[in-house]
Amino acid sequence: MRGIRLIPNDSNVNFIGLRMAAFVISTMIVIASIFLIAQDGLNMGIDFTGGTVIEIRTPETPNLENMRTSLNALGLGAISIQEFGQADDLLIRLPEQKESEAEHAKRKQCIETHVGETEKCPTVNDKAISSVKKSLDDTFNGAEIDYRRIEFVGPQVGQELKLKGLYAIIFSLLGIMVYIWFRFEWQFGVAALIALAHDSIATVGLFAYTQMEFNLSTVAAILMIAGYSINDTVIVFDRIRENLRKFKKMPLDELFNFSVNQTLSRTIMTSLTTLLALVALYTFGGEVIRGFVYALIFGIAVGTYSSIFVASPILLMMNIKRGVLGTDSKDKSDQSADTAEAAS
Amino acid sequence: MIQIARWKIFLILAVCFYGIAYSSPNLVSEKTHIYMQSLPSILPHKTVNLGLDLRGGAHLLYQVDMAKVFKDRADRFEADFSDFTKRNNLTTKSIAVIDKGVRIEAGSPEEASTLKAMIRKNDSRLIITTDSDDVTITVSMEGDFVTQVQDQIISQVIEVVRRRIDEMGTTEPIIQRQGDDRVVIQVPGASSEEVRELVGKTAKLGFHLVGAQGRKGFRDVTWPYADEPGRTLNVKKNAIIDGDMLENAQPSFNQAGQPVVSFRLDATGSRKFCDVTRKNVGKPFAIVLDEEVISAPRINEAICGGSGQISGGFDVKEAKNLALLLRAGALPANLEVVEERTVGPSLGADSVAAGKIASLIGLAFVLVFMLVVYGFFGLMANIALLVNISLILAILSSLQATLTLPGIAGIVLTVGMAVDANVLIFERIREELDGGRTAVSAIDAGYSRAMSTIVDSNLTTLIAAAILFTLGTGPIKGFAVTMGIGIITSFFSAIMVTRLLVVLWLKRAKPKTVPI
Repeated sequence: MRGIRLIPNDSNVNFIGLRMAAFVISTMIVIASIFLIAQDGLNMGIDFTGGTVIEIRTPETPNLENMRTSLNALGLGAISIQEFGQADDLLIRLPEQKESEAEHAKRKQCIETHVGETEKCPTVNDKAISSVKKSLDDTFNGAEIDYRRIEFVGPQVGQELKLKGLYAIIFSLLGIMVYIWFRFEWQFGVAALIALAHDSIATVGLFAYTQMEFNLSTVAAILMIAGYSINDTVIVFDRIRENLRKFKKMPLDELFNFSVNQTLSRTIMTSLTTLLALVALYTFGGEVIRGFVYALIFGIAVGTYSSIFVASPILLMMNIKRGVLGTDSKDKSDQSADTAEAAS
Repeated sequence: MIQIARWKIFLILAVCFYGIAYSSPNLVSEKTHIYMQSLPSILPHKTVNLGLDLRGGAHLLYQVDMAKVFKDRADRFEADFSDFTKRNNLTTKSIAVIDKGVRIEAGSPEEASTLKAMIRKNDSRLIITTDSDDVTITVSMEGDFVTQVQDQIISQVIEVVRRRIDEMGTTEPIIQRQGDDRVVIQVPGASSEEVRELVGKTAKLGFHLVGAQGRKGFRDVTWPYADEPGRTLNVKKNAIIDGDMLENAQPSFNQAGQPVVSFRLDATGSRKFCDVTRKNVGKPFAIVLDEEVISAPRINEAICGGSGQISGGFDVKEAKNLALLLRAGALPANLEVVEERTVGPSLGADSVAAGKIASLIGLAFVLVFMLVVYGFFGLMANIALLVNISLILAILSSLQATLTLPGIAGIVLTVGMAVDANVLIFERIREELDGGRTAVSAIDAGYSRAMSTIVDSNLTTLIAAAILFTLGTGPIKGFAVTMGIGIITSFFSAIMVTRLLVVLWLKRAKPKTVPI
């Protein structure tokens, strides 16, 4: 049984020739993203802002308007209610509750007299959650509400998670760059880093544009997008390096274009299989991870684009010298492959 | 390439066998799985450990109030030092509690040295500094002292919390220190209310003599009845028996069949209780829990056996909880919830179902796609992919790593990416064939050429997964785990397994052309 070829083996699209157009597009994507992030900001989830999220399944189809009115009458700040996947699944979000001086003093005193008895001295958040629960009970006349999920993140933890997320992204990008630098040359590392930064900024920009919730799993998604995109980029770079050694006379832009075309079939194939799996997850994986998978799908599309249209053209611009790669002792497997070729 | 050493073949098959065998417990029904538990433990029987987001449960992050702990220590030092100056007739001008320490203004430089010597002898970990006036000394808790006190408090908190949670009888609770002053508690299958109730209540039990009613005596306090709103009782402030003297408490039933809590006192408690009850026959005494009167029975006769019952109109669950709280002892510091995540059983079950369907459909998509695009070779890649998934499940089960919902996403993503190595090899083989090589030589070159690319591309992804693992929490960590395992197993399955299959096929069919 023979397979089919999605991309003809003699594909010869002039990617490098399109690099000016690609630059314009990429720069626009990045600028638009930064603008959107600055303009609209991100819809930060409670992971980062602190606050409370309650997911409930209501006993009957709820009247959202009434619920909004009664919940917002509690004086707990702006409470948002939205449908979550289906009509009777609701996501209720409470903002971080600020404790007044008086309340704080009162609670401190309570704690002094009840050492170790935390539940005797509820915090403002505890009180807020119980008053929301009470209001919900009233709305549904005491019929049983299924509390599917309650998440509370304190302001300090939120701050810490924000920093952790930021560090995770920065360290990953740098770690990847250093690895590429070590395995190739510094130019490859820098080009890869620029491509990765492009993907990351574009993904964050998407979240600013759609105002989808930006939370810890979004950070995880960005990291995996970086991992995936670099995977793609490395494969193109590998081929460029191989061809630089093989075709000593070929002009650089032609050689780059040839390399991208050679690996095109693989780049597209892998992106397709990954996207297929992710689309299944997006459609059937449930509401909880939909945002996460959405980010991944977008990122993989952008990552594929950037490894073709961003990483290689930037590498070309950096004017790499063939000499540095000529006899590279770092890469034994390639050498042995070359010797094998010479022998055959 | 055409030859694979026999031991290598054996090793590859052994790994595949491991994957299939150790992932199999995850495929059988719950019932069969219970039966499997009774098989010898050497046989594979572990299943994947589901995270709280999939099985439901409570995750709570508590902050321990260390500031208060150190304030209390400072207060104690202040009391000790004043005591010392009084006993030794020192003319100390002032002793004041400051942040994490005590500041003493001694009467003279000599007295200051005496004090310093005493403090140093008492606790050498304290840092003592003297001001330029030679009389003012500052005692501060720093460095070792702070870490040791923190460690001690945290381990006490964990100990108490563990005892309380263990009493719930749930399986595999996780109670761990996080950072300097935090404790994370994860209890599968519980709601956060249940956990918080247990953790945040101390249940201070006391037996008090009852004071004069109507007119409050000098050492009396007025406490309300627990189950009768509005009714109060005047009792003597000092308890005859308190919770410390309690040796054991168990839920049981009295003769009338009502749930009660039976308790036993230690030797000191028994003696004291015997003594007091003998002197107060005919009078009532109050059983007080957390400043609320549970009941105030009359002392009919001296109680000297050291055991008794508390009845207070409890239901079975209340009696059980009270007994548990009485047994577990008090927390040494205040705790505050700084993060709380509860997933109810319904959401967990829905997520598991959705995750299963999504993974199967995703897998089906990829299998069909590979078959269509690479034909016979796609079939081999598919076999490798299935081996890969069984390996991921087997490793997750063996390590008892936690599978979370993002973890499932990680597996699905791996399914999509796992074929990458094979795609690389197959595309390379196609290229080499186009370049005019013979079948065998093209396959050989395909494998060896693609190798360094595969290593590079997988390692970079692994870097991202590793960083995610160290910095991530909970579900995200689960994602990093499955991604990481998936990258490693796909490396094995895509290279070793398909290679073996291809070599076996080459030997058997001796093909002139490659159906790729």
